[in-house]
This record gives sequence, C-alpha cells and structure tokens, in this order.
Amino acid sequence: MNVFDNLRVAIGGISSNKLRSVLTTLGVLIGVSAVIILVAVGTGSSQAVESRINQLGTNTLTVFNTGRFGRGAFSSGTQTQLASLTIADVNALDNPNNAPDVKSVSPVVSTSETATYGANTYTATVEGSTASYLGAEDYTVQAGSAISSQDVTSHAQVVDIGSDVASNLFTTGENPLGATIMIGSTNFEVIGVLASKGTSGLTNQDSIAIAPYTAVEDHLTGYSQSFSELIVQGMSASTLNLAEAEVENILAAQNDTTVADLPFEVLNQATLLSTVQSTSSTFTVLLGAVAAISLLVGGIGVMNIMLVTVTERTHEIGIRKAIGAPKSAILTQFLFEAVLLSLIGGTAGVAIGVVGTRFKIAGVQPVIAPYSIVLAFGVSIAVGVFFGFYPANRAASLRPIDALRYE
Amino acid sequence: MSSRQLFRRRGGSLGGLRVLPSRGAAAPTGSVPVAGRRPVVVLRSVSKTYETGEVEVHALRRVSLTVEAGDFVAIMGASGSGKSTMMNIIGCLDVPTRGHYWLEGVDVRNLEESDLSRIRNRKIGFVFQNYNLIPRTTAVANVELALAYAGVKSKERHTRAMAALCQVGLEDRSHHLPSEMSGGQQQRVAIARALVTAPALILADEPTGNLDTASSNEVMAIFSRLNAEGRTVVIITHEQDIASFARRVVRLRDGQIYEDSRIVPVHSETRMEQREAPADAAPASGNLGGGST
Repeated sequence: MNVFDNLRVAIGGISSNKLRSVLTTLGVLIGVSAVIILVAVGTGSSQAVESRINQLGTNTLTVFNTGRFGRGAFSSGTQTQLASLTIADVNALDNPNNAPDVKSVSPVVSTSETATYGANTYTATVEGSTASYLGAEDYTVQAGSAISSQDVTSHAQVVDIGSDVASNLFTTGENPLGATIMIGSTNFEVIGVLASKGTSGLTNQDSIAIAPYTAVEDHLTGYSQSFSELIVQGMSASTLNLAEAEVENILAAQNDTTVADLPFEVLNQATLLSTVQSTSSTFTVLLGAVAAISLLVGGIGVMNIMLVTVTERTHEIGIRKAIGAPKSAILTQFLFEAVLLSLIGGTAGVAIGVVGTRFKIAGVQPVIAPYSIVLAFGVSIAVGVFFGFYPANRAASLRPIDALRYE
Repeated sequence: MSSRQLFRRRGGSLGGLRVLPSRGAAAPTGSVPVAGRRPVVVLRSVSKTYETGEVEVHALRRVSLTVEAGDFVAIMGASGSGKSTMMNIIGCLDVPTRGHYWLEGVDVRNLEESDLSRIRNRKIGFVFQNYNLIPRTTAVANVELALAYAGVKSKERHTRAMAALCQVGLEDRSHHLPSEMSGGQQQRVAIARALVTAPALILADEPTGNLDTASSNEVMAIFSRLNAEGRTVVIITHEQDIASFARRVVRLRDGQIYEDSRIVPVHSETRMEQREAPADAAPASGNLGGGST
C-alpha cells in the first residue's frame, strides 16, 4: 500500500458518508478560521494602536507637572510653592552643550476655548507653544504657514487650526487662510490649516488650534510663569533614552533636587510604545488561545467520528487482516483518513479565515499574521494525527478472527 | 496458458522466520504423506481451548493432520465439531493452545501478529462463506488489495489481478462493485483474490454456503480446475455434495478427526447427473491417505 492507495481508500471512506464527514470537518474548519481571524484582529488592533502612538511622535519626551512641591519645599524653610515648568527650564534644556541629544524644546500652555467665526462656533483645544511644536508633535501644515519664532517673540495673534476646526468654522469652499476668528474673546488670524491626524485614544488631534504661547498667555490663560507641559524632541529615536536622562538631570539641577525627587514626570513615547506592544501581544495570544481551544474541540470531533468509523468498518478490517494487511497498513489507512478529514477542514478554514479578515470586526481592520495561517494549518494536521492515532491504533490492534466475526 | 506462469511466481521466502530443520522429523506419525509430495500443512497434536467464563471449551483435541501439496481436502463436520477452529488455525488467523503447526515448514505457533499477517498474505488465499469483499471497491481493486499488502507495484498488480479475474471468468466484470454482482460472481472475485498471490494453500470456508446450486457448481468447478492445475485446496464444509469434489475427506467430531478417507473426486460434468439421482453423493473409493485416528 503506497501513498496513493491509502489516499484512495481514505477518500472512499470519507465520501461514503458525506454529511458526517462535512460535519466533522466543520469542527476543524471553525477552529482554524477562528485562530486566523482572531489573531488577525489582535494583530490589527495592536497595529492600529502602534500607529496612533507613532502619530504622537516616537522620538519625543513629554515633561509634565506631577503636582508635587518643588524648589526647596520644606527643608529650606521658604514658602512652599508648587513646582512649575518655567521658561528658565526651557532655556536650560534647549542648550546643545548641556543636552546634546535634545533637538528642540517646546513649552506648551493648554486651554480649551470656544472659537467663533461669523455664526459658527466650535470648542477646540488651544495649544500655546513655539515654532518647534508642530514638528515635535508631527503636525504638518496643509495650507498656509506655521507659527514662527518671530510670531512667538512678537506675541502675534496668529493661529494654525486643525482640520476639524476648519471644517466646523468655515463652509466648504471658503478659504480660512487670512480670516480672523475669535478664540475666547480675542481675535486671531488664521495663518495655516493642519493636515488631519485622526484621533489618538480619546483625544481628537484635529480639534486643535496652535498659537504662539506668548499670545495665549497674554489673552487666554494669563501669565502664570508655568507651562502645562514641555514637548522635548530627541535627536533620534535611538538616543531618546539619553535625551531622557539629560532632561531629568537638567531639571533636577534647575529645581535643586535629585532625579528621584523630581517633581515632574518625563514620559518617553518609546517606552509607552513598547508597553502597548507587549500588552497587545498578550491580547493576541489570548485571542489565539481561545481559538485554539475550538480547534481542539474540532480535533475531538475527528476522533469521535473515527471511532465510529472503526466500529462500522470492523468487518472490513477483519477482511483486510485476513488477506494479509499488517498492523501498520491498517494504522496508516485510518490515520490517513483522520488526517485527510482535518486537512480538508484546515484548508477550508484557511480560506474562510482569509476571506473573513477582509471585513472590519468590532471596529478593527484585521491584519492577517502569516504565521497564524501556517500555525493553524499545521496544528489542524497535527490534530488529525493526534486524535486519529487512537482510533487507528484500535483498528490495527483488532484480532482478525474477532473482526471477521463482527457484523 | 501464459497467465499461469504469473501465478506460479512465489512471493519469495519469509526471511527471518523459523524454518523446520528437517521435514522428515516433522512428519506426524498419524498421517502418511503421499510419496514424493512435500507437505504444505502439518498439524501435530494440535489442541485449542477457549475459556468462556468458568467453562473451558475444547474446540480441538490433539488433532494431527498433514496436507500435501496439490491435494484437495474437504474438512467436514457438524457445527461445534471444531471445523471453524481448524480453519482459523490452518489459516493463521488463530494460534493453537498446544501442539505444533508447520505451514510450508514454518512453525507458526510462536509467531508475532505481524509475521502471521505476512504468512496469511503470501501463503494462504482465503475464500469465505459471505465472500468478504471490501464494499464500495471494484472487483479488480479487491483482487489487487492482496497484492498491495504484499508490496507489489501498481502496474504489475493490475496485470496480475486482471489475469486472476480472467481465470475465474470475470474479466468483463472487473470494474463492477460487489453490490452490482450476484453472489456467485462475488464468490468468484473472492477466489480470484485468493489465488492472485499464488499462495501455497487456498483455504475456503463454506464457499458455497450462500450460493444456489448453479453458482455452487460454478465455484466448485473453479476449485477443481485450480486443483487440477496443481494448487493445494482445503475446503471446510458441512455439505456432502461439496465434499465430493475433493480428493480427500476429513471428518471432525467433538474436536477430533474420526474419519480420513481418499475419494475419487466428482467432476462438475458428472455432478449434474448426480443431482438427478440424489441417492448417494459420496462415492467412497477406498482409503488411500490413511486415517489419523
């Protein structure tokens, strides 16, 4: 009995009871397609999260106030005051000699204001910053120009607006550039419209207005000597950890404290990204494991039906043994049949899995992980071998006279 | 007949199996072999005991029997006489509890199941009462199966299977399924399957039990012809008519041989006449082989 003989016998066995075979392969089919689709959903969602984080800029550090006391708090006996991020800190950090791995430092004052143009109003996040902010936060100007250092020093009332702000304040075809909009109770001239960035988590990154921090302090937040956060852009993603250390040391020196007691939080986007990546890979593994269980159940289905088949064909096994089939031939025959069943289920499962991942599932566009196809397909064959072995071995171990007598 | 050459080809020696050192020593005392003929089956003091719960059933009690090559033996007996057990032991489907069994000089008593299946494949051709063809498998594929287990290549297998079907007159039915054939045709396919491996022994268990008279005659004529061509045939039956085709009749009762006689075999041509006069179907013709009991 060669491979073709075994294959022919296996096909004959499977096709002799079509409905039963289809139902059995369905178990494996569902298992395999579930593995592929769920792993694809996991991969798709983690890729989506990663791309959002990348939109934030992967080579930036965000320094923000933790609300702890600073500047010599208790020990010096001076009046306690909240630590604040000042322009002095910005200047200290924006120094190539002290911080060679820092490319730019953008102080941010942030507030939420209602913008008005004609009869249209829209509530936007107003970020007061410097010229480097747009680059650090990965904003690109779609039309017009970005705020300049000149605008910052001259306290110019100019603004770059996000695409959502533009679409809500201006009607289609209207050119926002050069228009004067009212933010809060102050007039700002629109000098640029930003390209859309989409949402990042809960934040709509397009519902934004970026103006010089000097003008925002003058007219909206008031002059408080303190910034909400600093966006520090590193020279490159690979040296971001060096930049982080430099920023922490400089800020500690500026505030007469140690790095450990620093009243500011320095958030590293790269660290955040790796955290998210490990979380999402756990998520993917979990989804895959759930799907693998259904593949296991499918395998048990194969075993169940093979046991029935062996019982049904006991007499046939007896005939084969009588005319000289060795144990190994019977074992191979039934193993072939079991593997063929799960192989058919596996192949159909891969096809359905691939088709299924073309649709959005729970708001996530699934991304097929090639390894999941190989894995699911391989496991389905392994399931056939594993769950087929016991029934096949049972058939092969039958005594010929007992099997012949069985009707 | 060119196809005969094909069937004469032997399946090769069974490497690694224990072979009786000397045939002379093996010849059991009770049975006298025909001079010049080598024994195919040698049973010596074979007993078979089944344990069904508390009771021990002695299916065979110290049976000795020798079947020479080219002989045509009918083993007869009522149900419960042990003839099925005898058939299972001779066919290597079962092993004796005590005693020895040499098949072509190979002691099969202590063989592993894998060796037994090889012996069944190469040395024995089975014909069963209920044909035992594999369902949903064509006649030629059924015949080929025996060769497939012997490891014969696909092309040669087909040629030999077709030649075997030709021998039983079914070459035009080779692609029919068992369900599309009559009982007699199915049994002839089974005979083709039994002889395709050119076995040392064709072993038939009630081969005409499910057949009408015409089909029975056809089937028995084939056995007679095969025997005339030199094949060793052993038939288990309880019908005197069927036994009368044989050259030697061995009768079993209570697990023992009580009669072993040589007869002049009936030929299928004369058999039809005997059907007309059913007075006596067993023309006893002396005891050439010698009884074992």
